[in-house]
Amino acid sequence: MATEKIKGKSRQEVKESLEAQAKDVLAAINDMKNPKVSIPLRTLTNVYFDAKAKMIKLGDKAGSRTFYNVNQAKKFMQTMLVAAQIKGLILQNSPTLDTRQLFYLLRGTMPNSSEDKFDDQEESDAIIEDVEVMIDALREELGLIAVPKGVIAGPLTVEDTATGDIIDYTKMGTAGGAIPASVEPENFKFNKCSADYILVVEKYAVWNLLNQQRFWEKNNCILMTGKGQPARAERRLLARFEKELKIPIYVFCDMDVYGYYIYSVYKQGSINLAFFSEKAAAPSAKYIGFNVDDYTKFKLPKSALIKMTEDDLKRIKEVKGYDWFKSKDWQDELDKLVKFGYTIESDALVAKSIDFTAKTYLPTKIKNKEWID
Amino acid sequence: MPELKAEEFAKQQRSISVAEFFEKNRHLLGFDNAIKALLTTVKEAVDNSLDACEDADILPEIFVKIEELSTNKYKIIVEDNGPGIVKAQIGPVFGKLLYGSKFQTFGGKQGRGQQGIGISAAVLYSQMTTGKPAKIISKIGPKEKAHCFLLKISIEKNDPEIVGEEELDWDKDHGTRIELDMEAKYVEKRASVLEYLKETAVVNPHAKITYIDPLKQKYEFKRVVEELPKKAEKVKPHPYGVELGPLLRMLKATSARTIKSFLTTEFDKVGAGTADLILRAAEIDPRVMPRLLSLESAEKLLKSMQGTKIMVPSTTCLSPIGADTLMKSLEAEYNLEFVHAVTRPASVYRGNSFQIEVAIGYGGPELTQDQPVKVFRFANRVPLLYQQGACALTKAVTAVEWKSYGLQQSGDNIPNGPAIIIVHMASVWAPFTSESKEAIANYDEIIKEAKLALQECGRQLQSFVGKRQRHALAKKKADMFKLYSIELAEALSNLTGAKKEDIQAKLVKLTDEMLKLGAIEDNEVKEEVKVKRKVGAFKGGDDE
Repeated sequence: MATEKIKGKSRQEVKESLEAQAKDVLAAINDMKNPKVSIPLRTLTNVYFDAKAKMIKLGDKAGSRTFYNVNQAKKFMQTMLVAAQIKGLILQNSPTLDTRQLFYLLRGTMPNSSEDKFDDQEESDAIIEDVEVMIDALREELGLIAVPKGVIAGPLTVEDTATGDIIDYTKMGTAGGAIPASVEPENFKFNKCSADYILVVEKYAVWNLLNQQRFWEKNNCILMTGKGQPARAERRLLARFEKELKIPIYVFCDMDVYGYYIYSVYKQGSINLAFFSEKAAAPSAKYIGFNVDDYTKFKLPKSALIKMTEDDLKRIKEVKGYDWFKSKDWQDELDKLVKFGYTIESDALVAKSIDFTAKTYLPTKIKNKEWID
Repeated sequence: MPELKAEEFAKQQRSISVAEFFEKNRHLLGFDNAIKALLTTVKEAVDNSLDACEDADILPEIFVKIEELSTNKYKIIVEDNGPGIVKAQIGPVFGKLLYGSKFQTFGGKQGRGQQGIGISAAVLYSQMTTGKPAKIISKIGPKEKAHCFLLKISIEKNDPEIVGEEELDWDKDHGTRIELDMEAKYVEKRASVLEYLKETAVVNPHAKITYIDPLKQKYEFKRVVEELPKKAEKVKPHPYGVELGPLLRMLKATSARTIKSFLTTEFDKVGAGTADLILRAAEIDPRVMPRLLSLESAEKLLKSMQGTKIMVPSTTCLSPIGADTLMKSLEAEYNLEFVHAVTRPASVYRGNSFQIEVAIGYGGPELTQDQPVKVFRFANRVPLLYQQGACALTKAVTAVEWKSYGLQQSGDNIPNGPAIIIVHMASVWAPFTSESKEAIANYDEIIKEAKLALQECGRQLQSFVGKRQRHALAKKKADMFKLYSIELAEALSNLTGAKKEDIQAKLVKLTDEMLKLGAIEDNEVKEEVKVKRKVGAFKGGDDE
């Protein structure tokens, strides 16, 4: 996972990578050697924070998977079965499939045996992730999807290459435009974007209100939400926005440790999908709010406050220990939060006034550059 | 008054005959029920036949037939090719209890019967249940006529009563045949005649035994070895095995002039040096005439005899089967995957030398996995079919930790597994718990020897079972790779365009090679660290 890459692998490249792996395996068999593939480890011990690149990355530890190993033989076979299946989908120019659908394609018993090739979807999902890291390609590039849930609105036009449809995100009505499962350049081509910045909001309710208030139109921005913890597509899309549009990204979350963490996932990536960070992190993203200091600065009513719980405090302690929360600003913010003793949901800002978020809070913060990096 | 009473008692007192005694106590001889009576009869007759043949250096050929006469009435026929019995002896041998050449007071040699009760007790039982006489035919040489006797036992006198006699032609050079009618019950399960004969065949591989059961089914147990067992010799008593009473009688009866020569001539393993040691410890002058030894001195002598270190008894009186023969024989009777046998060196209990032999057979189609192991006990080549729990040989089997030897075992029970365990005790004098000779008494020395032999066999068994498990595992592995190879070949064919059949053929070759080289790995995930890099310490938090 050493090379920085902006552009993902094309389907042709994926096919070639899979074939190259298989050729190595076949060569080993022809040489009477134990065939082997090398699969980067996706364990916590192989994850680190790259302070320079400002993202969570997968370390260089890899596990070798061999066929002539009592504990790995089946996984080895399954790895090749998944690889062959993916190649087959590429050759057929198949529509993208969900991993559950792929499981059904892979399913079956082996000849003259009652043993299943895959016991359940959990087994095939794990092998799919192995194949992703093995050939350094994303699930989306393999023609597979994770179910997306995000929506966007704003001055952006995109070409959906599969259908040829041109999508104008200024004409998406109150519902906004759904983020597709694959936002890879070959499927989701940016045509035109005149936005000054991108505003990601954690909550759909907040996005919905801002959209109705035509916030994106009035402030010339792209308004986006991943509905809580973002799925792969939202994160990948934000990463593409950063790299291709080169405009500022602001993230607006709840003032609690979970909100802070969601921001960090958009910005630096996540532990579980560390291998995905380089394609799905937006290190330039800034945390625009809500902050502990904002409570007094903007004179919010007490009705916006929720008492912090033991679980909150425990999680704060955990997050404080993460390398990507080690900056002075974030350590201070987390300390202040503990001292404050309350959390504030971004939805709660309506308690001040319905227009407060759109007309006062966000414009003020952006104008004054009051954010945490 | 007391005298008067005593005289009255005296009128009632009379010696009861042995035969009368055993009529009332037949369970002591193994005739307690109809099933056992049949088996005991066969057993006594076959034991006698085998002993007779071996004494005469004849490879035994024994024929056993059981015919059903009516409900619960059977005719038992046992015939051998032994030396035959001279006419005058036929009566006493079959018609007098406690008659025979086998009963020895001091020392002796290994033999099947010991007291000479068995066969006459069967005759008695036959007579009691059917009223019919026993029919005995015997021939002592090719030129002789065979004698046929119809014989009963006079219960009061313990004497044979000949009720019929004739000479006849018999197409046999020599041998003896006995026919007994009796009330009996025939069973086919464990402790059956068939089982007994099969077990007998295992420990008597030099014998050929033919058996026809009441359903006229014929069984043949073939001869496995062509040599007769080594002949057991008579030996003098060993000092450790003598008790005071017999010692006093020996002192009176000896022709030795001095106590020293008494010791060296009448006892096994006592030379001049040992005799001196014994006498010095007993503070007895070696020149004393044995006859003149006081009771007190005799007690001292006995104590000293048993306290002095003396060489173990001679083993020439023993005739073990031999480990190789035992193995061959077990393999001939059972279809086994593993056999091992051990013959222990001779040892001593109470001055009697004995030798333990153990054989273990394992696996094969006849033995089942989750059943208790078949334990066959033998004393002097005779199967012990009853009272398994009371026997020292069983105790030795249950005292071994079979779990370490490849069998299952819960607590101190007979182990479970597809195995046969044979324990044979060869001895001049096997210490049976009763006259019916069904169990060996619990002597520590016997249990210890048997345990050692069992453990030695157990170690071999463990190594076999271990190997077998490894083979089974290897087979499982091979099957697994074979199965996965098919799918792998197809996937690789799709990915590379190479022919599926070619890849599969290569994989078959490679699988063989990997298995042969023992190159199959079994680690979970082999970690390869390409670059050492400090990993930030943080605990896992969930996202997504």
